[in-house]
Amino acid sequence: MAGTTSKVTLAKGLNMGLRKAMEADDKVLLMGEDVGKLGGVFRITDGLQKDFGEDRVIDSPLAESGIVGTAVGMAMRGYRPVVEIQFDGFVYPAYDQIVCQVAKLHFRSQGRIKMPMVIRIPFGGGIGAVEHHSESPEAQFAHTPGLKVVTCSNPVDGYWMIQQAIAHDDPVIFLEPKRQYHAEKTELDEDATPAPLFTSKVVRPGSDATVLAYGPTVKTAMKAAEVAAGEGTSLEVIDLRTLSPLDLDPVFASVRRTGRAVVVHEAHVNLGLGSEIAARITEECFYALEAPVLRVGGFDTPYPASRLEEEWLPDLDRVLDAVDRSLEF
Amino acid sequence: MTHQDTGFGPDLVEVFGPKHEDGGPELIQLLTPEGERVHHPEFDMEFTAEELRGFYRDMVLVRRIDVEATALQRHGELGIWAQLLGQEAAQIGAGRAVRPNDFVFPTYREHGVAWCRGLDPLHLISLFRGVDHGGWNPHDHNFNLYTIVIGAQTLHAVGYAMGMQRDGVVGTGDPDRDAAVLAHFGDGASSQGDVNESFIFAASYNAPVVFFCQNNQWAISEPIERQSRIPLYQRALGFGFPGVRVDGNDVLATYAVTQAALQRARDGQGPSMIEAFTYRMGAHTTTDDPTRYRLSADVESWKLKDPISRLEVYIKRNGYADDAFFADLAEEADQLGHALREGTKAMPDPKPLDIFDRVYAEITPELAEQRDAFTAYLSSFEGSH
Repeated sequence: MAGTTSKVTLAKGLNMGLRKAMEADDKVLLMGEDVGKLGGVFRITDGLQKDFGEDRVIDSPLAESGIVGTAVGMAMRGYRPVVEIQFDGFVYPAYDQIVCQVAKLHFRSQGRIKMPMVIRIPFGGGIGAVEHHSESPEAQFAHTPGLKVVTCSNPVDGYWMIQQAIAHDDPVIFLEPKRQYHAEKTELDEDATPAPLFTSKVVRPGSDATVLAYGPTVKTAMKAAEVAAGEGTSLEVIDLRTLSPLDLDPVFASVRRTGRAVVVHEAHVNLGLGSEIAARITEECFYALEAPVLRVGGFDTPYPASRLEEEWLPDLDRVLDAVDRSLEF
Repeated sequence: MTHQDTGFGPDLVEVFGPKHEDGGPELIQLLTPEGERVHHPEFDMEFTAEELRGFYRDMVLVRRIDVEATALQRHGELGIWAQLLGQEAAQIGAGRAVRPNDFVFPTYREHGVAWCRGLDPLHLISLFRGVDHGGWNPHDHNFNLYTIVIGAQTLHAVGYAMGMQRDGVVGTGDPDRDAAVLAHFGDGASSQGDVNESFIFAASYNAPVVFFCQNNQWAISEPIERQSRIPLYQRALGFGFPGVRVDGNDVLATYAVTQAALQRARDGQGPSMIEAFTYRMGAHTTTDDPTRYRLSADVESWKLKDPISRLEVYIKRNGYADDAFFADLAEEADQLGHALREGTKAMPDPKPLDIFDRVYAEITPELAEQRDAFTAYLSSFEGSH
């Protein structure tokens, strides 16, 4: 058992994490569309039904509200349901159950009903898909009291964070950057001690400006930092990891040093996470700021047809452009 | 609408009737509006005098709760009240068919079922007074909190029933172990996606759940004809499980049908649907004015089918209770009314700071910070007046 390391993709890391969670607690159930024999359309639940049976890895009818609503009942009965919403844009039929029931039952019942549920949502764009398959709905859930929202940017975090989310007693919206599922492999040490779930992480130290990213944009921010370094600019990159609650102490510490912050997300800029983060940085670091906090994100249009998505998504150049504007302010 | 020969056969109304004043020939009944005991080939039951008195007592006391709460709202003590007047038999019949191990998912009007589950009626009052969102522990009574979003609870009911299946408490043949779920909803909710999805999930997994629809003919101002062109119980068949229509103003028939359906579910035979055909004699809630949308003649015709009077006639005619029973019950109802009035007025207001600690099992640092800031803000007023 000891010294278990392997090179895994995000998809594999999540799959291994789910398996660990199911082994650790037989109350953990998986439910969703095609999660059984097929292993999910992205294969995240591959092989789990074979090993844990149809009672624990449940292929559901094609009804998202039904999936989340029945998961509420299972959680009331003492189970820890992990539901998969097949794609971000298909979560809306379940929106009422998520914001009116999942998020509120603990509050409504004065803590007598617990909702230890994880709602896994593959999110973000860049896969050349048709409409509704590339969206970033995180702000809608982060805006809802009663929910917690996290996102992993890499295989190692995927492995640990999914287990931590399942073990957590509050409902967690777990966003998975689908573009990264089958991208590069990373060394995973299963014996390591993971960081706590609701913490952000400095993933590249720097001194001239702070770039905040999460999920799919962490990779973009890291690339931007690399290019900037070649041009003599030192960027600090922080992977936020948790979107609700936000863990901004490391961000404040960073911005107090750099005086500049750029937030990068794929979601629309208007009232996106970046708006809240900018407000909080302004409140906490007002006298340290050398420039206003800038936001780089999807434009305030619906997600475009895929031949245009690379224009729409914040890329390396748009991040660097914002960094330049911040530095020149 | 005139009949057109479309190839689909005769007009739907002609086929499916019945008019909403009348439950039609398919209505299961054991006690007529006139208090005549009738028999049914499938759902017949014998009741002892004690059982009959029990049903009667339940209905009288639950009506008293409803009357008192309505009055308390008029006196400004409650923000709103959802009246159950006229639906006592449907709720007591269903509520008394539930066993301790079963679990009930109510709407916001299930005061009679709450009574059967042993809830203090003040827990219902506190919700409508605005003190809390339901003060009882669902796990103590196997009775969920009221759900305000129409039909959302039917999915929770199915999920809970799926949990029972996984816990091995369905179809074991041990009556002390086997359990099922009773899911309440109304005629309006039958149009909701969640209710239809709950039917699909229940059928797909053969979940031990009984869908209990009180068709009280009105969804606020909209009549049943706006929700459905066929009798609601017939919808069950399309989802792959049986449905029946019972006289919801007949407590005996409602009890008989519900306990049979629950037993079927406990035995592992899957879901079923009961349409309790009844009538909302009061308003939707105390904010509603039914004179704007329905005829008083309709209401008058339903008064003749009152669930309490018919049982009273039957009990008196057959000597199942003496005068002392009725006198004692009247006294008990008065005492209950008094306790509700006094209990309501004595109810303390909630504390503003409590809300912060109830959002999460594990409060977030952000929310704790808000709570602490609000605490400091509140305390800044102390001694200033």
